[in-house]
Order: sequence, then structure tokens, then C-alpha cells
Amino acid sequence: MAVTSTTIPTMDAIVGPSPGQRLRKRVFGHRGVMIGGIILLVMVLMALFAPLIAPHDPYTQSLANRLVPPVWHETGSWTHPLGTDQLGRDYLSRVIYGVRISLFIGISVAFVSAIIGSAMGLAAGYFGGRVDLVVTFLITCRLSMPVILVALAVVALIGSSLTVVVSVLGLLLWDRFAVVMRSATMQVRALDYVASARAAGCSNARIVFSEILPNVMNPLIVVATLEIANAVLLEAALSFLGLGVQPPLPSWGLMISEGKDYLLFDPWLITIPGLMLFVLLLAINLMGDGMRDVTAPENRN
Amino acid sequence: MLVYTAKRLVLALLVAFTISVLSFSLLFLAGDPAAAIAGETATDQEIERIRTMFGFDRPIWLQYLEWVSRAIQGDFGRSYYFGMPVTELILSRIPVTLTLAGSAMAFALVVGIPMGVIAALYPNSIIDRIALTIAVCGQALPSFWFALMLIVLFGFMIPILPPSGSDSWQHFILPTIVLGYYATPSLMRLTRTGMLEVLSADYIRTARAKGLFPRTVLFKHALRNAVIPVVSVAAVEFGFMLGGSIVIETVFALHGTGYLAWESIRRADFPTVQALILVFSLFYVVLTFVSDLLNAWLDPRIRVA
Amino acid sequence: MSRILEVENLRVDIPLESGTLHAVRDISFHVDKGETLCIVGESGCGKSLTSLALMGLLPTKAIRTANRLSLGGRDLKTLNETQMADIRGSRMAMIFQEPMTSLNPAYTIGNQLAEAMLRHRKVNPNEARERAIYLLEKVGITAAASRLGQYPHQLSGGLRQRVMIAMALMCGPDMILADEPTTALDVTIQAQILHLLANLQKEFEMGLVLITHDLGIVARVAHRVAVMYAGQIVEEGTVEDIFRRPMHPYTQGLLRCIPIPGKTARGAHLGSIPGMVPSLIGDLKGCAFANRCPHAFSDCNTTDVALRDASGGQRYRCLLSQEAATQNAREAATA
Repeated sequence: MAVTSTTIPTMDAIVGPSPGQRLRKRVFGHRGVMIGGIILLVMVLMALFAPLIAPHDPYTQSLANRLVPPVWHETGSWTHPLGTDQLGRDYLSRVIYGVRISLFIGISVAFVSAIIGSAMGLAAGYFGGRVDLVVTFLITCRLSMPVILVALAVVALIGSSLTVVVSVLGLLLWDRFAVVMRSATMQVRALDYVASARAAGCSNARIVFSEILPNVMNPLIVVATLEIANAVLLEAALSFLGLGVQPPLPSWGLMISEGKDYLLFDPWLITIPGLMLFVLLLAINLMGDGMRDVTAPENRN
Repeated sequence: MLVYTAKRLVLALLVAFTISVLSFSLLFLAGDPAAAIAGETATDQEIERIRTMFGFDRPIWLQYLEWVSRAIQGDFGRSYYFGMPVTELILSRIPVTLTLAGSAMAFALVVGIPMGVIAALYPNSIIDRIALTIAVCGQALPSFWFALMLIVLFGFMIPILPPSGSDSWQHFILPTIVLGYYATPSLMRLTRTGMLEVLSADYIRTARAKGLFPRTVLFKHALRNAVIPVVSVAAVEFGFMLGGSIVIETVFALHGTGYLAWESIRRADFPTVQALILVFSLFYVVLTFVSDLLNAWLDPRIRVA
Repeated sequence: MSRILEVENLRVDIPLESGTLHAVRDISFHVDKGETLCIVGESGCGKSLTSLALMGLLPTKAIRTANRLSLGGRDLKTLNETQMADIRGSRMAMIFQEPMTSLNPAYTIGNQLAEAMLRHRKVNPNEARERAIYLLEKVGITAAASRLGQYPHQLSGGLRQRVMIAMALMCGPDMILADEPTTALDVTIQAQILHLLANLQKEFEMGLVLITHDLGIVARVAHRVAVMYAGQIVEEGTVEDIFRRPMHPYTQGLLRCIPIPGKTARGAHLGSIPGMVPSLIGDLKGCAFANRCPHAFSDCNTTDVALRDASGGQRYRCLLSQEAATQNAREAATA
């Protein structure tokens, strides 16, 4: 090749880094994903190793040690770094155990609603026609019903427990999965390789599971992430209203509700669990938004 | 446009019907209403007596027909707890909720759209980053907690606003900010995305090639097209606000429908709960119907077809 | 004849992560009143950016420099954005490639036609409307008055491009820049639009820069031709000279790609130019066409080639002498 600067570009310049390399570069180069990922990792570790990290039992009450302020107060001490609540329970331990509840509910709800919503979305997008019409109608109906109101009413009727909260929210939050999966499936369905799979006589089930599903995984994961955040938020709201997780479980929403009466003189009772909620939700959202950027860079603005 | 309107109307009616069935049967699917009314300490005989008294022993479809035919005439029965007609009860509470949701929507639009436009005009600038930060934080902020923080801050530490109640317009300021803040990020992001997309459209280049003033290009040619999707999302957000009003009204003790919902749910006041679910849902149905029409009207490709 | 547009050493540089992209490199040309200059070249050679640079509509990160850039004697280089906007649509108008997306879907044809005139001229809406109807009839649209109330989506692509042409003429500009105005249209419509453009240009005595990659169009409407390759003008001359006596190997290659009815044997291979356009990122040295040129020799890769004059005002950017180039042209024609 002639040595000039107007030479034909080399192979590297044309082909560039492999898709895997580029994805990795984007993931690690993306600040949102990195920050969110690190916070989330810490939260997950906290949930997994709560019994090892927590200095006290989160349920042991001590009426002599009620409302001890956190360590940065003049009267605080390192025995209870975040103080104690109105029943003398160690607040740090409760906060640490609280992440378990949030994450458990978030992930289980997202799982349940992902199955319902994806099935509906896939069916609507793949079969189109009447199936699509019915699914779209169901989505519209579901969207019309206020989640909090319905969830509150049902939980109040059946009686609140972790399982009830998970099932009710799972049955209510499938709409976004259905919407996104429907449009993603429609896009993929129109592509040539699906057409060729049909021409080759593959069964519907085979096409859906081996041709379509792998290609709509990216939006599915993004929605799942954002839906986890949504579920965490709703659980906290339900518990705050007294119709979610029941005492003495250390749900952050419930802790805020219990600390509400001490708002003026012991504000840390609501500040700390609220901040934890905020940080957790922020981390999940950063991950979700970031993954959307990373997996579909052409859609980013 | 007429065909379009008719189609939308039929859809809205179908949704309304489905929801009336759902909101009625929901309480039966969820458990035994008689037992729930009677309370945990009631004996079997007492529950049985309540069952016959409220007619829960009849077939569900019969109860539904009776309920729905009365509901169409605006009669939702009597509230178990408040001892007055549910319709009257809800009507007395609706103004508070509508005031709250309306002012919150206005807040969200006034903050969200200009911020979205500015963020789109100067992408990756400091303003864009601030706007993005506010949006990201907004998604992660539990509304009830944010409300409590504002109460502590402006109700007690810098006591300039009343912390709770619904007696004067000042009582609505904090709830409006909380509820409105919640809808702002999505409106802002949508405006930003829409503007960015529209600003790179060929017809914007045409408008600039005509030598039009930048403000004409921006407001006449770009914003007009960028806000079309914002309109429908604003309607959806308004619906969500009604749902969100349950939490906000409870925190601020604003005696609107949201607070009523919470009260009646806690007291197993079925007629009220059923009616509220239906009313909230119908509100949303009407909103989406209106926004569809508004959308069609804003977009000549649908209007003149 | 009076010069309307004069361009000297126009450059467009776009800073990218991987270096500066020299999209337009020192191009110079001029257009006289009533004259059509065709700028020819393959996609990516910088012809569209050239027209956007003239209009001052480059993307914000692109940098434009020029020794001279004047319209009817007025220096465009020193104008700020507002002064430039005063000229756009008034003295100089542009017609774009995509008639389907170049009109705003939210406003009527009448609204979009009138707005440039209302902006630049002291007219009332009625006068603008009269002018719009007059021009719609000029561009061959029937029932012009009733079209004013229609929206772009109600018109076909050909009609929309006619509307775009009428829109460009609203203020009676001295200069029209048309960037591939017929590329997106059906072949039958293409011919109509071209005729229309050529006739209007004659009638209103405007200067016209027509950007295209279609040599058939060039042959039909051009007075003069500038051939662009890799951001440079590689050959320039009257349409007769360019077609009869192409001096630059690239122009010769382009012409070989056109089948000539009756001359090109049925089933014979059409010409093609092997190789690909070099990257325009970073510093460039030597002739940009050297890697594809059948006549390249070692100097081509190291020497920067200037435009040289041939007889009859024709200019070409090649190291080969006029005699050698003519010889190549003759061989190419008979091959």
C-alpha cells in the first residue's frame, strides 16, 4: 500500500471494536450505570449479609432506650449509631434489614408482572389482529384504574402481608411490560430473519422463543429495572398508609409512618429511612436509564 | 375527525363498562365483604346477618346489575360509615382534589415545558444537566417522604406555610409542589426529547432557510410539533395525580376524595370504595378521551384525513 | 453578465473525536445572473455541505472559512446570524432534497408559503396570498387558491416539491440553491420538476446552483459544471467542454458510467470506478483520487495538486498535462 495519508482505511478503522467490546466500553464509560451499579451492589450485599452487619436484633425492644438520637447528636452514642425508635429498637439494624424487604418486594413484583405483561405483549405483537386488539384494550383498562387505590382496597380486604402485597402489585404493574414488549415484538417480527423462519416452517412457539424473545431482551430488562423501582416505591407508600407490610417488619415506608408522630423533635426517624429509599430508587433508576442508553445508543438524547 | 371521535368514544365506553365490572367484582374476588364489614371479632351468625342485610347472599351478577343501573342514575348507595349518600359525599370532596390536581398540573406544565425546551436548545449544557438531575431525583423521591420533609421545613423550621388542613389557598401550596413535582420530570423529558427530534427535522431547516426569526422557528415550527406527545402524557399524568392524591391528601390532611378513599378503605366502607374506584377510573377514561381528541386536533394529519 | 455569487477558498471543517473532518476543501466558483452551475459528485463529496455553508445553515459544530463569499457584491462572511437570516429566503433561497419531510406537517401550504414574504417584505397577508397563488400557478399547480388551505400530507411528493420551489421564489431571490431536488421523486416527475426549474430560472433571471449526482440532469440543464471529489473541485468548465473533453480522470470515470443509447452495446459492461473515497479526517497529502486513478504515478501521492487552466476556461486538478489528459479522454471514449 502506498504510504500516504490518503490511503484506504485499515480493517480496524472500518470494522472497529467488536460489539462486545463496544458494549463493555459503554457500560463502564457510562457514569449512571456505574454509580447506580455500585450503590445497588452495596444494597444487595447489605440485604444478603444483614444478620452479620447489623449491630443489634432489629426486633428487640428496649423501653429504657426509646428514641435515642443518632451518634452525631450530643446525646448520641456508638451503641446505636443511628439511634433507636419509639420502641427502643436499634435503628441502624432496622434500616439494614429494611433493604431486604424493599429488594424482595421489588424483585418479586417485577418478576410476576414481567411474566404477565411479557406474555400479553408478545402475544399482541406477534399475532397482531384481534389478539392485539384485546391486549391493547386490557392495557387501556388497566391504565385507567388507579394503582394505589385498587391496591389499598384489595390489601385492606384480604389483610396485609408480604405475599399479599407482592401478588397485588404484581397483578397491577404489568402494563408497562405489555406496552413495551408489544412494540418491541412488532418491530422484531417485521425483520427479515423472522420472515425467513416462518418461510422455513418453524412453529409459532419456536419463532417466539428462539427468534423474537432473545431480540427483545434489552427493552425487557430495562423495563424490569424501572418496574422494580416502581414496586419499591409503591410498597413504601402502601406501608406508609398502614396497608402494606405490617409491623414489626422493618419496612422503610412503615418506619417513616411510625416516625411521623415524632416528626418535630426526632426528625431523623423519618429522614434516615427516607434517604435510604431515595438512594435505592435513585440507584435502580440510574441503572435502568443507563442500560437503556447503553443497549440502544441510537435512541439516546 | 368525526369517525375518529366516534371510534374513540366507543372505546371509552367499553373501557368504562369493563371497569365498572372490575371495580364492583374486585371487592368480591378479594374476599368476603360481609366478614370484612363485621370485623375480626364477629361471630358466624353476625356475619351471616350482615350478609343478608346488605344482600351479599344474592348472585353477584344480580347485585352488579342493580348497582350499575343505580350508578348510572348517580346513586351509589349510602356510605356505611358516614351514613350519607355516597354521591353527596364524593361531590362534597371533589372540589378539593380537583383544585389540588389542577394546580399541580399547572405547576408541572409551567416548570416542565420551559425546562424541557431549554434543555433541548442547549443539550449537555449546565441547564440541561440541572434539568436532568431534577428529573432523575424526582423519579426516586417517595412523594409521601418529600411531603413530610417539606412540612418539617416550611411548616415548622421556617414556618411560612400551614402544614396541614384545607382551609385556605396557602394550604394547597405544599401539596401542589409535591404532586406537581412528581409529574414534572416526565413532561420535561418528553418536551426535551420531542424538541430535540423536531429541531433536527427537515422542516426546521426549511424554516431557517426562509430566514425566519429564531423565535418563529422555535415557537411556531418546533414547539408546536414537539408538544403533541406532551399533551397526551399530561392527560395521563393528570390521571396519575388523582391516584397520587390519595397519598398526598393523607399526608397533608386535605379533605378531598383521596383522603376519603383512605378513610373508607380503612373502615371497609364498600359503597364508597366501589364508587371511588369507578369515579377515579372514569375520570381517567374521560381524560384520555379528551387528550386523544386534542391530539388529533393539534395534528392535522389526523384532523384532516 | 454580472456575477451574483462568488466563492473563493471555501472550507468546511468538522471537528470529530477522531480528528478534524475536512469536508469541503478550498473550493472556489462563481455563478452569473441567469446561469446554472451544476455541482456534480458522489454522495459524501461535500456538495450538500457546500450549499448549507453558503446559506449559513451548517450544523453548529461545523466551521466555515472562506477568502471570499459574496452575493451580489455583498460580503456574506462578515454577516452575523441575524443579518444572514435577512438574506436567507430573501436574496438567496434553497430547495431541499426531501419534499416529503421538508414541509411542516402542522401548517397549511398557504401559511408556509406566505411566511417568508411576511418576514422579508413589507406586505400584508393578502398580498402574500396573491403572490403565493401566482407562484403556485407558475409552478404548475392547478386550483392554486384552494391548495393554500391544504396540509402537506394531502399532497404528493411531486406537488410538495413544486410547493417548495414556489416557496423559494416567494421573495424573488437572485440566487437559488437546489440540493438534489429531484432525487426523492419518481423518474417521470423528475423531468417535469427539472424543466420547471430551468424555465423559471430563465424567466426570473436568477442564478441557480443545482447539486446533483445525476449526469443526465447536468447534460440537460447546466451551463457550467463543477465536478467535486473528496471535498474539492477537481474539474470545472462549460457543460460542452466537460462532456466532450473531460480532463480529470475522475470526470472521465464518471462519464464512462453513463450508458449512451445506440452507442453502448446491449449487455456491455457499464463503467465503474474501483476503490473507495479516502477518509477526509486528518491532514491530507497528495491527490485524493490517486488510489483509484488508472493513470496515477508516484508523484500523485506526495504532491498537492493545484487546479490548472486548460483551454476555454476549463480547469482541472491533475498532474497530467493537457495533452496527456486529452489523450486519456480520447482513449476512454473509445474504450
